[in-house]
Amino acid sequence: MLETLAALAEPTRFRIVEMLRAGPASVNDIGGRLRLNQPQVSKHLRVLKESGLVEVEARAQQRLYELRAEPLRRLHDWLERYRDLWDARFDELDGLIEELKAPAHRGRGKKPRTRR
Amino acid sequence: MNRTTLELRGDREIVIERTFEGPPQIVFDAWTRPELVARWWAPASRGVSIVGCDADVRVGGRYRYHLRHARGDVAFSGEYLEVEPPSRLVYTQVLEPTASGPDPGAAAITITVTFAERDGRTHLVSHTHCPTPQVRDSIIASGMESGMRETMDLLESLVESQVSAR
Repeated sequence: MLETLAALAEPTRFRIVEMLRAGPASVNDIGGRLRLNQPQVSKHLRVLKESGLVEVEARAQQRLYELRAEPLRRLHDWLERYRDLWDARFDELDGLIEELKAPAHRGRGKKPRTRR
Repeated sequence: MNRTTLELRGDREIVIERTFEGPPQIVFDAWTRPELVARWWAPASRGVSIVGCDADVRVGGRYRYHLRHARGDVAFSGEYLEVEPPSRLVYTQVLEPTASGPDPGAAAITITVTFAERDGRTHLVSHTHCPTPQVRDSIIASGMESGMRETMDLLESLVESQVSAR
């Protein structure tokens, strides 16, 4: 997970991943589209490959770089868990806000239970 | 339905957004007054309860939320850096080391919360800034961990009820 995040945190690599969502591309395609020279593209692709985000496929005369769904899906699931925690908190907060909006309840908050 | 959006920015920020059906003053109060925080910060659906909640909501003031779940206690605490009701709040937060709790990340994070009025509703943005990418990722992972704990707890209570039904 950390490798996936680290790979995506670099802005140029993020742009490469965004571009590859449209389909596989060669080093030249990527360089041309993102205005990067070949060594720069290769350097970033190497990191993306090591993190498992892209794989290489040899097709006819060229090597095409393709996005792998698995690390992105794992990243998504991982984030969803954290978002769910906040969703659960905010659902409780919604109820509390409704209660506070009712004038009769203004200034009558329930005391927290304190045990030590 | 109001959905919570979560976004990672760069390698050390977490941005959470949500709209609430009430004016900023009410949301700000619910976010800061300890007797109100105790009502929502540890959602019951997660098998967590708040056993202590104190907050001295002014610049330089401190807060501490003490949570309990089946596997032990954790406490979050920090200091208020900016307090501008009902629109803006900046505070630090650390997960305190406890004897029974999980191993904490010692570094403090800084959280900026804005409450913007939109047609009588409140659009809330919570912006968490972490000192390192590792701290950010451990915060997100802890959310995952509590989700797994919840599942384990549910499983345990199911097993217990099966056992006691015999």
